[in-house]
Amino acid sequence: MTKATLKLETLTCPSCLQKIERGLKQTAGVKKDSVKVLFNASKVKVDFDENQVNLNTIEKAIEDLGYPVISSKVKEGA
Amino acid sequence: MQHNILKHKNKIMSISGLLIALGLIAHFIFANTTISNSAFIIASILGATPISLQAYQAMKVKVVSIDVLVTIAVIGALFIQNYEESAIVTFLFLFGSYLEQRTLNQTRSAIKELTEMAPETAFKQLTGGQFAEVDIDEVEEGDILLVKTGAKIPVDGRVTTGKGYVNEANITGESLPLKKEKDDEVFAGTIMDNGTIQIVADRVGEDSTFGKIIGLVEEAQDSKSEAERFIDQFSRWYTPAVLTIGLLVWVLTKDTELAITVLVLGCPGALVIGVPVSNVAGIGNGAKNGILFKGSEVISHFANADTVLFDKTGTLTEGKPEVSDIIYYGNNQEEDLSLLLSVESESDHPLAVAIVNKLAQYKVRPIENTQVVKGGGVIAHVDGHVVSVGNKTLMKQESIPLSDDVLKKLNKLERTGNSIVLTAVDHKLIMLMGIRDKVRPGVKQDLQKLKSLGIKNLIVLSGDNQGTVNSVKKELGLTEAHGDMLPEDKQAFLKKRQDSGEIVVFIGDGVNDSPSLATAEVGIAMGNGTDVAIESSDIVLMNSNFNRLPHALGLAKVTYANMRQNILIAVGVVIILLVSLIFSEWMSMSIGMLIHEASILVVILNAMRLRGYQLR
Repeated sequence: MTKATLKLETLTCPSCLQKIERGLKQTAGVKKDSVKVLFNASKVKVDFDENQVNLNTIEKAIEDLGYPVISSKVKEGA
Repeated sequence: MQHNILKHKNKIMSISGLLIALGLIAHFIFANTTISNSAFIIASILGATPISLQAYQAMKVKVVSIDVLVTIAVIGALFIQNYEESAIVTFLFLFGSYLEQRTLNQTRSAIKELTEMAPETAFKQLTGGQFAEVDIDEVEEGDILLVKTGAKIPVDGRVTTGKGYVNEANITGESLPLKKEKDDEVFAGTIMDNGTIQIVADRVGEDSTFGKIIGLVEEAQDSKSEAERFIDQFSRWYTPAVLTIGLLVWVLTKDTELAITVLVLGCPGALVIGVPVSNVAGIGNGAKNGILFKGSEVISHFANADTVLFDKTGTLTEGKPEVSDIIYYGNNQEEDLSLLLSVESESDHPLAVAIVNKLAQYKVRPIENTQVVKGGGVIAHVDGHVVSVGNKTLMKQESIPLSDDVLKKLNKLERTGNSIVLTAVDHKLIMLMGIRDKVRPGVKQDLQKLKSLGIKNLIVLSGDNQGTVNSVKKELGLTEAHGDMLPEDKQAFLKKRQDSGEIVVFIGDGVNDSPSLATAEVGIAMGNGTDVAIESSDIVLMNSNFNRLPHALGLAKVTYANMRQNILIAVGVVIILLVSLIFSEWMSMSIGMLIHEASILVVILNAMRLRGYQLR
């Protein structure tokens, strides 16, 4: 399992949270219960299986929903 | 393409606003329907583009978002040729989210400033021995780093060479620069006031004290209370429900205008955003004032607290006890004081530390067979003597008689706020010592403020004798004082108060009192920004600054009230909108959108008041 923390552009609408959360949960390889969207911090925390999905795919999934990713950090083997 | 449209949302908003103005002028002044209608149509389509894009993205992941409701409403309005309504609704929606973004940034600014204090680069020693500036992420434990005057210390570590003065106000709140030389500890985020040092990295990034504080605040601002989780659940079903109701209205009445008005009025906005904005503004104010709340649940507990339990030593008092009286009954004082010192040197109990400081000039001898009597004291063998050091309980247990004179003097010392240490050599009492711990400056006024903020019971619990705690109670104006308590007694006392329905705050030592800290609704550990204090507290007072406590309580109260006001505003608006839809003539789609967006702004502005809160 790899842990990723992604910093997004400032989130302003509460429905963004729902969108990002659902979007990531539907991405294969993402651990469903781990998806955590921090509204005020404008960050996403997620655990994923690097054999099934990589960080780029996760970033793209979020950006396709209309939320640019500013930076991301990965912690392996957590 | 998608991104470009969304990126230029604000420009689109301005253009559509201008077009609406043009349309209104054409309509009302020149009565030219062609021009006004074309302006409104263009404005509607322009404005609807980013909204419908967001709606499409939401539908893709099967979320019925507010964008979906607005998009359907606008399409419906265009369909029934109500161009003015569709243009105004899209414009208001975009303008509303623009203002929301601006104001939200304001409420979040305090915490953002804190996170921006995190160090970003460091001068790291490379294999060749020279130093190069690298990104903070490239620094690992064990690396040697160079810190020059004016720079931020990048990690938690120890000084290897050089010396200088470091300002640690960021971490401890202490504004005077501290001198640092070889083997001294330094902390990430603090500032090198003067000098140059080399340090070895012990803890980096999120593991450093500063990193932990930031992580904690970031988690806290997004933590959710029971009420919020309920609202979240509610709003998840609310939007699809509004869509269903809109459809039903349309099917049943065939009145498209009414159906789309329902969609716009049903938009949840203030309800979802109200509590989080109060939360972030309140936590931000705290962070600026040296108080870290670990979430909104903590704020509501603290705001409603009835009882505050204090540990005495190190919490109400300075925790640096000093020997004030020595009454000697033996006949070889130098020998006996040396025996006492030898036993106490092995202990880190605060009273033992006071005795060791007082008797520093005597000789320390090796001791053996040390036996610690919990809640009593210690017994050890020194040079063939049995030395018992402790309180009355210990003497009683060891059947060491106390004369009437000893008891009289002992009681007098206790009444004047001394802790008592009795020493017996070979089962004969030879010394009575009184040890005093000064009350922290300003504590009395702080406790008065807590009382006037509505705390009903201020209670001190201590392992010290009842006489000492009584004198502290009298000096500070507390409501109750209980002495001779072990950590588990404190916890039991706390549970009893909770069982009788009180919300209890416990303030104490992060190490000994951890059971009580964990049991209390709100635990506050004193301990100068140490890891233990940060981890075991629900509210962290930077630098264990007791006089932040009244501000913390006042802030918790106004933040809690603010959340409730916001929920009330949000629910009130929805009710007013629905009632007026049924009973009034004037309600329309654009007025509904105006009120909806206004209510969101009102809750944000209301939360913003918390940023400047100060206890009067």
